[in-house]
Amino acid sequence: MREIITNKGSCDCGVSGMAGLPPLPMFQPEPDDAPCCGAPPGPPASEDERPGYQLCPFVERFVETPIGQTPQVASALGVVDHFGSLKARLGINRDQYRIAPGLYSVGVAGSGSPVLVTANYKLTFDALRRELAGVDAWILVLDTRGVNVWCAAGKKTFSTEEVVRQVQRARLEEIVCHRQLILPQLAAPGVAAHRVRKACGFTVVWGPIRAADLRAFLSSDQQVEEGMRQLTFTMAERAVLIPVEISLIMKPALWILPALFVLAAVSPQVSPGLVWRRGLDLALAFGGGVFSGAVLMPLLLPWLPWRSFYLKGLLTGLLGGLAVVVGRGGMGWDAVSMVLLCMAVSSYAAMNFTGATPYASPSGVEKEMRRGIPIQIAALLATVALWVGGQFWL
Amino acid sequence: MKDYRYLPGVSTLVLHVDSCVGCGSCALVCPHQVFALRDKKAAIIDLDGCMECGACALNCPVSAISVTPGVGCASYIIQTWIKGKDAVIECC
Repeated sequence: MREIITNKGSCDCGVSGMAGLPPLPMFQPEPDDAPCCGAPPGPPASEDERPGYQLCPFVERFVETPIGQTPQVASALGVVDHFGSLKARLGINRDQYRIAPGLYSVGVAGSGSPVLVTANYKLTFDALRRELAGVDAWILVLDTRGVNVWCAAGKKTFSTEEVVRQVQRARLEEIVCHRQLILPQLAAPGVAAHRVRKACGFTVVWGPIRAADLRAFLSSDQQVEEGMRQLTFTMAERAVLIPVEISLIMKPALWILPALFVLAAVSPQVSPGLVWRRGLDLALAFGGGVFSGAVLMPLLLPWLPWRSFYLKGLLTGLLGGLAVVVGRGGMGWDAVSMVLLCMAVSSYAAMNFTGATPYASPSGVEKEMRRGIPIQIAALLATVALWVGGQFWL
Repeated sequence: MKDYRYLPGVSTLVLHVDSCVGCGSCALVCPHQVFALRDKKAAIIDLDGCMECGACALNCPVSAISVTPGVGCASYIIQTWIKGKDAVIECC
């Protein structure tokens, strides 16, 4: 897009219209006779289309600014956006769900409009613009490699350097007359406000944590109320994380499940029916563990006893394992090893959920892992020992 | 967030009050209200609420705060155990 703008400027034709169109021809030739076959042709290409670029459906139009044309985005989400969110939440191509970094606008942004800085994860961008109906603002999108604000700040892609780089790249000092950037508070682990000011002259204002509070923040002269600085982790906020947790387990499950059927075949009497039935016992115990640790535990998080996640997972795994055993009519040592397998898997999945919570400290996670992992390994070894031993010796 | 509490006594957060200039940046950026301004100096009022995100230390203009920031994610930590702290780790 940039290059096109430069070309336009150098041709000096005096056109300052929407898309840098060439002057209209003096006369319109008569259209040739239309062919008779097939469906009627679709609409012509949009005037904003450029060879080698693709128009984003969330861009409403391109507006002329001192640095050339910049996209003005819709604040309402469309079907494509909702479908994209759903896919990302399910973990499908989540890493690729990103938009081009750079300057966007929403509403009728002018030189006095605020500048909101955000990440280029499309889910984040949508969460932001959805809250900006009726607001006139610039949106400066950083290249966070398609990662959300908080995680990108932790990974240092939402960084002081990146803020400064994009401010300069967008030539922001020519766009706005003020020298202020509004950053989400959760970008603070990656951005040093005082260093941004030193490097590019723009002052960082820490905005609210949630985009939903932005309108109140902007209309109240950028006053941040107490609640806007406080994190929440509601049932809905926890539930929406579950599909990605499960999708992360799917890959190892591809070799774990066959391995369980191999284990089921270790027996003095082997018949296809028996292997299938006993393999299914183990597979369901494993699935029950995934469910207990990655679904039940997050949902029940505030009500489960103990602070360590591996313990919470052991508890939900025990309940899940008992449910599987009852459902399968398991007996004896087989039943015990199924419960143990369910508990080990659940405990591990629950421990992994720490990374998705907004309050687990890495020192705390490491501490509980030093206790949890040996217990999980012991439960797995006991599973195998009782499962096989029960067949041969017990 | 006060209903969610994680393991106590593990945070690596340290505040050097002597160098603090009382600007209040730490209290502003902390997502868990760990800091408060007392007598024009920052004070840690809830050490166990700290999740070691590192926002305060990075935004302290006089480097009066130190913390070992990191990712509180089990699979990440397992990879650092296996590959070492400086390895390129693909995770969450």
